[in-house]
Amino acid sequence: MSQDTLKQIKSDVESNKILIYIKGTPDVPMCGFSAATVNLFKSFGVPFTTRDIIANNDLRQTVPQFSNWPTFPQVFINGKLIGGCDIVHEMHERGELEPLIKEALGK
Amino acid sequence: MRESEVKELIKKAISDAHIEVTDMTGGNDHFQIFVVSREFNGKLLIDQHRMVQQSLGAALNDGRIHAVQIKTETPESWAKKTRSSGNDFQILN
Repeated sequence: MSQDTLKQIKSDVESNKILIYIKGTPDVPMCGFSAATVNLFKSFGVPFTTRDIIANNDLRQTVPQFSNWPTFPQVFINGKLIGGCDIVHEMHERGELEPLIKEALGK
Repeated sequence: MRESEVKELIKKAISDAHIEVTDMTGGNDHFQIFVVSREFNGKLLIDQHRMVQQSLGAALNDGRIHAVQIKTETPESWAKKTRSSGNDFQILN
């Protein structure tokens, strides 16, 4: 595990209220789960940041070790891993996601 | 690993749990797991899932279980869903 990459991940998840590690980019997602997750957050109309783990193999290997979660996408809110595609959609259905986002964005 | 063995592992870790385990492929290594427990109260969904994953610990790591699809509910969140679907499931002690 690269210490520099680990530092970069820590700093990224702490400085971005909503950070999503995805395959591809929001406009050109390379995986259906990444696309569905990005679209959910787009539908909220809130600012969020993404990192492309396909373009950066160090991230792809180090993020799962950092978060202790094996799969992508990974959604971090306020520095904490909230889940992947299934979990954030299930939370949205239960009305548990929006309060977290509002709290993180201070609205 | 049999469905009943998966169930036992979870029951050991989450004693009040209502657990349903389905072998997805017939290969005894890919399971759909549904758990309802009071121990999930107040926990984020991801942390509920982690509790179930951790209960399977060794079996997931050594490959006896290859993949799991987990669904978790608190008694309250499950009651909401079952009320709307007419299911009369109740959590039992």
